[in-house]
Amino acid sequence: MKSPHRTARLALVLCLSLTLAACGSDGAGGSDAVGEDGRVVVTVAIDAGLEQGAVDAFNERVEQFEASHSDVDIQPQEYTWSAATFTSQLAGGTIPDVFTVPFTDGRGLIEREQIADIADQVDRLPYADSFNPTVATAGQAPDGRQWAVPIAAYGQGLHYNRTLFTQAGLDPDRPPTTWPQVRAAARQIAERTGQTGYAQMTSDNTGGWILTTLDYAFGGRTESIRGEKATATLDTPEMTEALELVAAMRWEDESMGANFLYDWATINQDFAAGRIGMYVSGGGNYGNLVTQNAMRPADYGVAVLPLVDDPEAGVLGGGTLAVVSPKTGERTREAAVRWIDFYYMAKLTDKDAAVLDARTLAETGQPVGAPQLPVLDRATFDAARGWVKEYVNVPVDQLRPYTDAMFDQPLVTEPTRSTQEVYGILDTVVQTVLTDRDADIPALLADAQSQAQALLDRG
Amino acid sequence: MRHGGLAPLVFLLPMVLVFGLFSWGPIVQSVVMSVQRTNMVTGAEFVGLDNFAQVLADPLLWTAVRNTLWFAVLALVFGYPIPLVVAVLINEVRRRRGLFSALAYLPVVVPPVVAVLLWKFFFDAGPNGVFNTLLGAVGIGPLRWLQDADTAMPSLVLEATWAAAGSTVIIYLAALAAVPPELYEAAEIDGASIRRKVWHVTLPNLRGVLLVTFILQIIGTAQVFLEPFLFTGGGPANATTTVLLLIYDYAFADSLGGDYGAATALSLMLAAVLAVFSALYFRLTRSWSTS
Repeated sequence: MKSPHRTARLALVLCLSLTLAACGSDGAGGSDAVGEDGRVVVTVAIDAGLEQGAVDAFNERVEQFEASHSDVDIQPQEYTWSAATFTSQLAGGTIPDVFTVPFTDGRGLIEREQIADIADQVDRLPYADSFNPTVATAGQAPDGRQWAVPIAAYGQGLHYNRTLFTQAGLDPDRPPTTWPQVRAAARQIAERTGQTGYAQMTSDNTGGWILTTLDYAFGGRTESIRGEKATATLDTPEMTEALELVAAMRWEDESMGANFLYDWATINQDFAAGRIGMYVSGGGNYGNLVTQNAMRPADYGVAVLPLVDDPEAGVLGGGTLAVVSPKTGERTREAAVRWIDFYYMAKLTDKDAAVLDARTLAETGQPVGAPQLPVLDRATFDAARGWVKEYVNVPVDQLRPYTDAMFDQPLVTEPTRSTQEVYGILDTVVQTVLTDRDADIPALLADAQSQAQALLDRG
Repeated sequence: MRHGGLAPLVFLLPMVLVFGLFSWGPIVQSVVMSVQRTNMVTGAEFVGLDNFAQVLADPLLWTAVRNTLWFAVLALVFGYPIPLVVAVLINEVRRRRGLFSALAYLPVVVPPVVAVLLWKFFFDAGPNGVFNTLLGAVGIGPLRWLQDADTAMPSLVLEATWAAAGSTVIIYLAALAAVPPELYEAAEIDGASIRRKVWHVTLPNLRGVLLVTFILQIIGTAQVFLEPFLFTGGGPANATTTVLLLIYDYAFADSLGGDYGAATALSLMLAAVLAVFSALYFRLTRSWSTS
């Protein structure tokens, strides 16, 4: 190997590697995929792991759309939003053209320009001016352009298992309405049924999400914004009170079971399986619990979140945004917004579409009528509810503790700056409180406060 | 090679292509990315050594380094000697040696994710969890296993040792088979006990293999990812966040995700540390290696 060729070989190999490496990076800008028949191909996300009935319902909606939009070829693709795989899938070109993301992730995607700016197309929709303002902001860039379409909104709720309530000697029609009642009910469930009385998410930023929910319910806020300056407000009496409640349930009452590393998927599984008495999550969670986790509808109950007697106390709101991949061309984007309008929005604004959607869902055994908050104005929302009344198949009476009171509660949007990062910091706080009996809550909060402020200062 | 002209290159090409595409390509790309900031949509921006500075200033890095070292120490204390003991015992058995080897190797055959899901049940921290029921029978516990910052890491080591021991056992068994039997015969004639045979015959003959498995174990534990990722996600309260999990979190997780610059910067630093460690280790042990 001492020949002069050695250098040449090495150079060849290096050149090759660099060329290959260069292949990996892709420039900006998108293109349209057009089929042989001249139709523009739009890949649209359908949740992974749905029951066959739900898949059938989706496919039927695709056929209905294609029948009335002859220039578009809709290709469903199984895809469920995951921040973990998103960027790599985006780089690899395997993200569908239309998909949905939670409000929480929308702002980061817009800031990083990882979704397409479809504001021009959205502005042409007839209802563009009537979005509920607190909901619309979740899909807006700082300059107010609507990059993403809010398609569903919810407030957090207290989900509970009616069967466990009954077994524990509690009245499932009268769920707790104050935090001391939640604590007492959790204790009673744990003592009498042996199951977890109250559980809380702690992992993958859901710990911060739920802790922020409790903080709001106790009258706190996790950030305050004056002009351009954002200040973290984690180290507050309200947050302390929320954590002390959790610590008391965990260590004094021992009513929180034995798993303190729940995330959204795992807590839904355990709740649907009847291992958890109560937990806090989005009020519209019924669909996931029943269609993806096979929960028995008879077990399910949901109530509004207890709020303390404080004018600042409110319910953390959230929701879902429909977004378009930045790798799409102009024609695809235009068709994508028409699909969003047809599949997600028309059922909220148009009687025929609403009835068609509800009937399709009901005929395929999918839930119709799970609790939601208005994406558009309240009048449109009430009208849409009325159109589909006869198809509602969810256990309406069991949802009453939530639906009867949800409009009376002030809805507060999630923190807007570095939302997920601050949630991540709070994950550690709530995990410590739940796994360390001697956790020093003031010290934990002081530390979280300085970490979050450093994050916000970095912008 | 010297007079082959282009022929060797042509023969080399398939290997170079595959190796370049799947090994060197990503390595070169990660070096490039470590000095860039990118969102994978618009063009990447050159940021010099900012990513390295950012990683070094992250307090989580030192937590992750401490945790990784803790895992490495625990894995060395428990994970390193156990396969050796098992291999020597199997080697001493006269009958059904194949069966015992197969049993020792079985955990390696179980897909890691399946094994972790299984062990999650075992580690259930409730009084009715599998391990807690067993320990309860002898009056211990219930332990909190993964649900406590103090016991989470040892729990991961327990599973990791169970999962990985089989491969090392097979390596030791192969090495043991190469030990000349006449050495044992001579020792037996001299009246040596099993312990003395192991100490004076087995271990000296395994020295080369032991050195290699030691360095492999260190490199393996420095890159521990699967267990903390699947069992705890780095919790409770970052007690099991390891360096590789932190790299993953930089690149993919919800809270820090999308920061490929920081992820590749930390990857390069880890690779550099391991390379230096390996070089030092081989230099220091060259004198007492069998070769």
